Amino acid sequence: MSYIMLSYTDLLLASLLLMINGVLSVIFSLGLLKRLVIAVTRMVVQLLLVGSILSWLFAAPSPFWTLLAAFVMVAFAGYEIVSRQDRPLKGFWSAGLGAGSMTVASMVIVLLALTTQIRPDPWYHPQYMIPILGMILGNTMTGVSLGLNTLTNAVRREAGAIEAGLILGMSRHKAMQGVIRQSLRNGLMPLINAMSVMGLVSLPGMMTGQILAGAAPQEAVKYQILIMFLISGATGFGVIISVLGASLRLSDNRHRLRLDRLASGNGK
Amino acid sequence: MLEIVNLHRPGLSPVSLRIDDGECLALMGPSGSGKSLILRAVADLDPNEGRVRANGDERSQTPAPLWRQKVGFLPAQPGWWGESVGDHIEKSDSVLDLLHKLHLPDESLNWPVSRLSTGETQRLALIRLLAHAPKVLLLDEPTSALDEEARKSVEALLKAQLSNGVSILLTTHDKKQANRLCQRIFHINKGVVTEAFS
Repeated sequence: MSYIMLSYTDLLLASLLLMINGVLSVIFSLGLLKRLVIAVTRMVVQLLLVGSILSWLFAAPSPFWTLLAAFVMVAFAGYEIVSRQDRPLKGFWSAGLGAGSMTVASMVIVLLALTTQIRPDPWYHPQYMIPILGMILGNTMTGVSLGLNTLTNAVRREAGAIEAGLILGMSRHKAMQGVIRQSLRNGLMPLINAMSVMGLVSLPGMMTGQILAGAAPQEAVKYQILIMFLISGATGFGVIISVLGASLRLSDNRHRLRLDRLASGNGK
Repeated sequence: MLEIVNLHRPGLSPVSLRIDDGECLALMGPSGSGKSLILRAVADLDPNEGRVRANGDERSQTPAPLWRQKVGFLPAQPGWWGESVGDHIEKSDSVLDLLHKLHLPDESLNWPVSRLSTGETQRLALIRLLAHAPKVLLLDEPTSALDEEARKSVEALLKAQLSNGVSILLTTHDKKQANRLCQRIFHINKGVVTEAFS
């Protein structure tokens, strides 16, 4: 494999394109200049930092440091899930269910892929584990946060209809069936949309990266298909656990609707 | 028969009462006094403490869905989960009979829920509840949105239920209605049943 290496001068040249965004913000008084500068700075610093950390991790693969890196990624993704909820579950449950289901689903699928399909040596080799976990985590996070947000909003909006079913003797599962279905659908929709246009409208980043790095396109495609299957499995698993878990939390064993278990808001 | 012993929940002081078969008890009080809270607590729709029995069945020993089929609750603003009335009420001879008694046409089962007037909503929700033939009825202001004629038809229907042995706990702001339908009237204020009078 061979690829064309980039210098920092190349990056500097490309960064001039950001000037367009800055000028637009000023001309149209968008008030985005400060946020743009902060976002760009964060992106550059975060990526340079992660590049250095990955180089260090790859140089001497260690299960401890690899798992620590995975833990940090999971923690950030969990925080992101909670912050994306309009009306999260109160207390531990929002983070517990959101981050918990995402972590369980992602880790199970990553371990399955590393031990049965990709099989690096050692199995926890960070060169494989970290990027694959990152891709799966990012997609599962989106699905879980969308699913949970849809459920908590729909349960509040449809409380009268759900309670009407409960009053007439429906079980909580039957009475909440509609909102659960809607939440599962919303959680899985971005993935289904992405898969259906992949290769036609969008060329996925990992596949493009492999091709740029000199891999044969057929090999890059095989990797991409594998990753999409893994992402599908993890997202489906994570969305189902989180939505069903939250629906149980929003009701109780006497089949009551428990809106009192929702926080008043997320400051949005 | 409905027997309530020491029923309480946040916003509601402990209350005990008993309603015999074929008896109607009215709960009267200003808005926000806790009338609906009592009905919701008896129906076990909110967390609450206390002992409730209906026709010999202990609430704590009865699965909640089964309890709510035996003890039917009609909220002041009934909800609907389907698009048409027929999604909620299965057509049968007894349902058609109830529709006629409340001056509603057979076709009302095909009406879209979104187009129902408040009065139609109230009457159709009562029919939806009675279709399950509960032995105890918890009715939260069941005629508040009805005109004179519709109110009379609902009261006649409730009297027929009482003569069939059904027990009714009713909230209302209409003292005349309470006197027409009920044997006993309780007064509630700020979650406390303060006075009972005949």
